[in-house]
Amino acid sequence: MSDTTILQEKPSLTAIERQYILLTQNGLPIIEKPYHHIAEQMQISVEEVLALTNDMLARGIIRRIAAVPNHYKLGYQFNGMTVWDVDDKQAEKFGDAVGRLPFVSHCYLRPRHLPQWNYNLFAMVHGKTPEAIAKYRGQIKELLKEVLLTRNNDLSQDFMTKSNDMLTSTEILKKTGLRLKR
Amino acid sequence: MDNATLVKNEKICHEIAELSALDKSLINLLQHGLPVCERPFEQIANELGSSEAQVIQHLKELKQSRVLSRFGPMFDAVYLGGAFTLAALAVPDEDFAKVTEQVNSFEQIAHNYRRTHRFNMWFVIATEEANEIERVITAIEEKTGLKVLNTPKLKEFYVGLYLPV
Repeated sequence: MSDTTILQEKPSLTAIERQYILLTQNGLPIIEKPYHHIAEQMQISVEEVLALTNDMLARGIIRRIAAVPNHYKLGYQFNGMTVWDVDDKQAEKFGDAVGRLPFVSHCYLRPRHLPQWNYNLFAMVHGKTPEAIAKYRGQIKELLKEVLLTRNNDLSQDFMTKSNDMLTSTEILKKTGLRLKR
Repeated sequence: MDNATLVKNEKICHEIAELSALDKSLINLLQHGLPVCERPFEQIANELGSSEAQVIQHLKELKQSRVLSRFGPMFDAVYLGGAFTLAALAVPDEDFAKVTEQVNSFEQIAHNYRRTHRFNMWFVIATEEANEIERVITAIEEKTGLKVLNTPKLKEFYVGLYLPV
């Protein structure tokens, strides 16, 4: 895997699915009959809107219909991007297990860039105290202990190669939302 | 981008919200999901021993006060079109403010965080077309004089995040 970005196949949406996304991506209306409201705007029946919703859920276009709390306002003020140097042959199996931990909000396999960057598994953790996220990191480490790689350090480099690390954020420099534009 | 929040140079410190018992129950229950039916808030109210009107009022307030950053269908980003990557720079401390400005000046930078590592600036590049990612990376390298560490996702795992209150 080189520096090139992975080209994801762009899945196609029907016109009606596209319309549904455009109408709801900023949120479901918080009113007694939210799907009636969508149905009116799409000029289809509420039964069709409910069927469309269930179909998009089943196909994974909609991951879930849910509330996403602001971590910080609930007191989860600390986050850590934990990064791991995991045996490639085991990475999928163990990445799946890490993602299922309740304190992990994102979990990805990403390419290494040796020698500067030897980590291939990323898992973001959230907690109410620095001790909490340190504990979560420990739990992930326990889970991964059999598959973490240890590499020889090249002493000529000005950095150490470790089997894992945790990068905590100290400042938000920019934050914008991702939206379907048309 | 009407509803998108643009927060520049915001330090990470937010006030913790004061929540009623119903607020907490709603946050805990609705992280798992809202039923798909004609009157979902009535069903939630029944589950929590509340009324539909109360549930709607509290949810509206939670959304308005941004305790809930989002409420509704979460779409797989792949279907929203475009391409994404996570990338990083190792920025010398003395240049950090200047490089922040340079990187943020690209409209394709969606998020950017300062982090504790030699690679101390981590940002998401979001573009409409996949080949635009490479162009942005090259442009950032030219503008900052720094080499970009590009870590696009190879595989995403299902996550079961749950933040109880």
